Amino acid sequence: MIRLEHVSKVFSDGTEAVKDLSLEIAEGEFCVFLGPSGCGKTTSLKMINRLIPITRGKIYINGVDTQKRNVNELRRDIGYAIQNIGLFPHLTVAQNISTVPMLKHWPRDRQHKRARELLDLVGMPPDTFMDRYPSELSGGQQQRVGVARCLGADPPILLMDEPFGAIDPITRHKLQEEFLKIQERLQKTIAFVTHDIDEAIKMGDTIALMRNGELIQYADPAALLAQPKDRFVRDFVGADRVLKGLRLLRARDVMRLPKLTIRLRESVSDAIQLLEARSRSWVPAIDDDGRFVGWIEREDLETSSSLTDALTPAVSTAAPRTPLNEALSMMLGSATGSVAVLDDDEHLVGLLSFGAIRDVLALDDESEDE
Amino acid sequence: MIQQAWQYMIEYPDKLLGWTWQHLQIVLIANAVAVVLGVLIGMWVSGKGREQIADGVIYGASILMTIPSLALFGILMGVLYAMSLPSIGMLPVVIALTLYGLLPIIRNTHTALREVDPAMIEAGRGMGMSGLQLLLRVKMPLAVPVILAGLRQAMVMNIGIAAIGSYLGAGGLGQPIFRGLANYRKDLVLAGAIVVSVLAVLTDLVMSGVERLVTPKGVRIGRKT
Repeated sequence: MIRLEHVSKVFSDGTEAVKDLSLEIAEGEFCVFLGPSGCGKTTSLKMINRLIPITRGKIYINGVDTQKRNVNELRRDIGYAIQNIGLFPHLTVAQNISTVPMLKHWPRDRQHKRARELLDLVGMPPDTFMDRYPSELSGGQQQRVGVARCLGADPPILLMDEPFGAIDPITRHKLQEEFLKIQERLQKTIAFVTHDIDEAIKMGDTIALMRNGELIQYADPAALLAQPKDRFVRDFVGADRVLKGLRLLRARDVMRLPKLTIRLRESVSDAIQLLEARSRSWVPAIDDDGRFVGWIEREDLETSSSLTDALTPAVSTAAPRTPLNEALSMMLGSATGSVAVLDDDEHLVGLLSFGAIRDVLALDDESEDE
Repeated sequence: MIQQAWQYMIEYPDKLLGWTWQHLQIVLIANAVAVVLGVLIGMWVSGKGREQIADGVIYGASILMTIPSLALFGILMGVLYAMSLPSIGMLPVVIALTLYGLLPIIRNTHTALREVDPAMIEAGRGMGMSGLQLLLRVKMPLAVPVILAGLRQAMVMNIGIAAIGSYLGAGGLGQPIFRGLANYRKDLVLAGAIVVSVLAVLTDLVMSGVERLVTPKGVRIGRKT
């Protein structure tokens, strides 16, 4: 979809901002350009829509050389969002969103309809916000409008330069989640610049890590964390890269099938017998409908008259799609050191334990040493 | 003495109104030309890579403003005479006032266009606006209030200078003043002076109203909060 071939940028003062960069972003792929400031990531992004002219090399979009196209028409076919948003203060939210549709001479009613659609998409009720001005919005709301505006004419490609950079961490987190959901639906081809490794891991299908204008490693987040190519990459992703990697795995990837369960209506002596026979100190308990209700622990059984008495309810439970970093923190708060994984009907589908997670991480460590 | 001036005003309102109208005409024509020229020059020098030209033009315009009006009238008379154009009457005065009006308008246009938030310009260009579209749809709407502030300054200043233009036979409210000075008629001098002052104050008020009107709503709201 987007292909950079031996692209270089030398500025008039002689600085070589980008050196012989070649990479390809597939259709529907979310590619993050990551690196410390001055590494050439923003320059690379801006060469795609020709805001910065290329010194050497070629950039193709759908096989067409971007240099061969009318520059303004090229840009109107590419969504563009920046950190400082750059909303036009004299135009309403709706007019701001309609910037590119207006430049493309869409009929008025189509522009209007599209603006409503996009406001809905970014979670801002159109009736409330269409006619407001940027100065009447909070920072997070302005950023949402910025995202809506870059989707204005439904471009297949989006270029985003730290679009969530200038907002508070809580709002940023929320916007990232929402944007991922939007992307899941729209499947745009995205080039996204950030210096935040956590954002890159969370958002990207692939990460292009750059330093001093060079592409150091181009890989998916799991590979970048598990197999950093050199010292720089290892340092950049951080000493806690193993923990970061947990976010990329989900409960369903490492959970083990529950071999043993007990129904609450069974007797205390049956439970003791069962635990002794398997030499276990606890067992997950289910009710008559098969729903998970909590844990039965060996030490509680002696003093209890029924299993309902002895039951330790689970503080928290995971779903199969829960990221492992969240599951791990649940585990730390769990009496049994295990977390139950439940499906939508609250049926027990798996168990997570430290052992299971350690096994997965150990595997990754081996592959790194190769 | 004020009573005498008042007496004159109510006795000859038609005469004063005539001079006032002449006066306004001179100022309006001169400033209309100045605003068109000044905005065009201001837009041009604000273009990319013209920083030095802009400095030069603004410097030149401020030198122009330091020339005393009588001297400028004299210079213009000479120039117009050499070009065999009417060297007395309204023409030299209108030209002089136009020149005086240029500086505040060029300077304000230049400043306003330069101060547009770079993020807005980047966003506009990145979304595929041409230079002209960016100028007309983004920069100018934001710059117009500032440009009008320059025009207001130019008009108020020119209302004062235009009075001197009566020396060259341009008419206007300088007439009663100079005539009064020549004939020891303090009431005439005062009547002329009062009307010129009132005219200047009214113009200032009207222009500040216009300035408010053309300030885009979104920008106005932004200032309040």
